[in-house]
Amino acid sequence: MDNAQLLLLASIGLFALGLVGVIVRRNALVMLMCMELMLNGVILSLVTFAAQSATVAGAVLVFLIFVVAAAEIGIAIPIVLLLSRQRHTLDVGAYGELKG
Amino acid sequence: MSLANGLLYFFVAAALMGGVLMLVARHPMRVALALIGSMISLAGIYATLGVHVIAVFQVLIYVGAVMVFMVYVIMLLDVRDPSFLQRYSGSLLSGIAVAGLLAAALAAAVSRGGAAVALGADAEAAFRIQPFSAGFLREYWLHFELTSVLLLAAVVAAVAVIKGGRRNDG
Repeated sequence: MDNAQLLLLASIGLFALGLVGVIVRRNALVMLMCMELMLNGVILSLVTFAAQSATVAGAVLVFLIFVVAAAEIGIAIPIVLLLSRQRHTLDVGAYGELKG
Repeated sequence: MSLANGLLYFFVAAALMGGVLMLVARHPMRVALALIGSMISLAGIYATLGVHVIAVFQVLIYVGAVMVFMVYVIMLLDVRDPSFLQRYSGSLLSGIAVAGLLAAALAAAVSRGGAAVALGADAEAAFRIQPFSAGFLREYWLHFELTSVLLLAAVVAAVAVIKGGRRNDG
């Protein structure tokens, strides 16, 4: 197994672990962090491909993704804080009225 | 096995271990610390690959900004929250099954083939800070400016969310 395959398998592993976390955990903040883990797994595969092609474009794209991820956290955390202020819990089971 | 290869295996194992710890830890603060460990291991992987620019950004932006923000929010919240005591929702088995199937399918696709990636000094030349910055500000200056607009929009949206929620409360 060469290094590229190892890194791609690691990125798949990180993505799957994050997906398990988003599905099975109850706490909204923990689910948010598991989504960050999924994003990190995808970024690892992007960096692997960028290192294979050895172009600057890949590194620039990763930098822009970092900025977008920071913006995403900046808007997601106030929403989580608002939810916890309304129901006094972070358990996603308490927000079931969108089920229809 | 060379030193770079050994470091790569070590950091990959550490990153995956951080992900597993995130799933089993009970308190969100421990989950956050496991995620920080996983992110630092990823920065180690990037440094081993010779992509030092991204390794520095990973530590500065993710660990330094995003996760510190997350840790502050966890400290703000109530520690007696019932979701801290019961870790898993009812869809534990189906979640593991779905993620396992997805991972198996992706791993089967990856293991069919691929070109080797250069480690250390070989890849380093393309990712030095000088070619990165020159390419970044010559070719991608418009994208850079657009991200500043995006960040401004995110700040305005965060303020709007907090203000709107306060109006509904009162």
